[in-house]
Amino acid sequence: MSGNADIYHEIIVDYSRNPINYGKIEDHDVTFHDSNPLCGDSIDIDMKIDDDKVSDIKFHGKGCAICMACSSVLTEITKGKSLDDVRKIEKNDVLSELGLEHLQAVRIKCALLSLKVLKSALYTYLGNHMDDSLDMDKLKDEAASLY
Amino acid sequence: MLQSSESIFENIRKDFPILKRKVRDNKPLVYLDNASTTQKPNQVIDSITDYYQNHNANIHRAVYALAEEATEAYESTRDKIANFVNIQNRQELIFVRGTTEAINLVAYAWGRPHIKEGDIIVTTEYEHHSNIVPWQLLTQEKGAKLEYIGMDDNGELILDDLDRILATGKVKLVTFSLMSNVLGTITDAQKIIEKCKAAGVLTLIDGAQAVPHMKVDLEKLGCDFFAFSGHKMLGPTGIGILWVRKQVLETMSPFHGGGDMIREVHKYETTWNDLPYKFEAGTPNIADVVGFGAAIDYLTKIGMDNVRQHEIELTTYAIEKLSHVKGLHIYGTKDISKRGGVISFNFADVHPHDVAQIIDEEGIAVRSGHHCAQVLMERLNVAATSRASFYIYNTKAEIDVLVNSLNIVAKVFKL
Repeated sequence: MSGNADIYHEIIVDYSRNPINYGKIEDHDVTFHDSNPLCGDSIDIDMKIDDDKVSDIKFHGKGCAICMACSSVLTEITKGKSLDDVRKIEKNDVLSELGLEHLQAVRIKCALLSLKVLKSALYTYLGNHMDDSLDMDKLKDEAASLY
Repeated sequence: MLQSSESIFENIRKDFPILKRKVRDNKPLVYLDNASTTQKPNQVIDSITDYYQNHNANIHRAVYALAEEATEAYESTRDKIANFVNIQNRQELIFVRGTTEAINLVAYAWGRPHIKEGDIIVTTEYEHHSNIVPWQLLTQEKGAKLEYIGMDDNGELILDDLDRILATGKVKLVTFSLMSNVLGTITDAQKIIEKCKAAGVLTLIDGAQAVPHMKVDLEKLGCDFFAFSGHKMLGPTGIGILWVRKQVLETMSPFHGGGDMIREVHKYETTWNDLPYKFEAGTPNIADVVGFGAAIDYLTKIGMDNVRQHEIELTTYAIEKLSHVKGLHIYGTKDISKRGGVISFNFADVHPHDVAQIIDEEGIAVRSGHHCAQVLMERLNVAATSRASFYIYNTKAEIDVLVNSLNIVAKVFKL
């Protein structure tokens, strides 16, 4: 095997079989759902937030191995971080963790769906709980520019 | 006449330049996404080049030689198509961009004047989004209702549902595809049309998947609307057909306003051109109509019964081979007389995108995803499937390549 299929290394396959932080948080403080209209992949993220930190995070949904592995990695990165730090998470933080920096364009949306959901969940929470200093339009643009 | 599959199909591949291509790591292209779009033979490609090099002009207007040739080339395709699907009246054939536009045209130009609050439009659980969404838009606008004929576990429609819905007396239109783009199920159109006629209800058939693969006789079918696309049957993209029975067509409002669809235009009122031009506003896709005509010629020469026979052989072979792959699940009926050359499958717990990406490295083009049929995906309780779909140029050897490539998937995912 060569080229694009190289992305299917052990870690990705293992994560897709045994995703980390998979499930729901019943008493979440914020939840968000989004899907990829091209392929039907669909991800929900629930977060529990204490003292402006992500004290717990879980995801569930349906997706390919890339989507599942990236969701696992992303939730691992996010757990315990302050909301400010979650805002700073970038796509390469997820992709580099799995050696997916050169993923072809058609699959990048599989990899970043969960990041989009995470950012949307974050902004939903901030919009509901934070003061008026936040420019929601700017935040939405930031989410939209992920890919 | 039905000939042995091999003698006709042996030499077909040389007509398709793209089939000589190597992809990825110098692998021969194995193109198995024909339900999505088909490849084009030289005859079609050359006809479009010839049109632009030698005959290009706008149609139905100027008196000079080129305009006459262009008009003749455009209109002769209408006749070829009338002959191909057995229509007596060429005025009933409207050129559109494709099946999607055809169905939207009906929803707009027939639906808006005829559908009222409380009316019911019936579709099925195995429709493409293009035969669901236009009806959602229409029924929502009108306060009408959209209802579904369900599908059984064998991938066939449950016609008892139709009886139940027709009994309400509120149904104005029943719309269904002649062949499912995901399962390949061939719909029992005769039975549905019979029931609808008895109830005085109009029928629309999405023929996008059926017309390229089998003989379709519209006179015999007896539906009221029929739509199909050129690009799924060797023709260019951006050209398709809407056929409407004349008695119904005469009750329809125009779709687009503009040139060619008018008889007389005054400041505040306009009268309409004759059929079918009333529904062909603006300069049409002339070159691709010409290309579509070349595709019809090509298929006519092979014979649609031979096309169907070839696909039955390929599909039988593929189902047999794939059913020996451990962990592979094929959706839909195994009764080959009830299905076309479309095979949707899932492989153990591996997501179809991962399957498609791994076998892409072997040069194989299959579709993975929801196939624009999310209602059906919901019914099957899956997010997506992989889909292999065949056409005249596919071979048993290519199916072997597909089956062997699945071993690589099994290895990567430790199945």
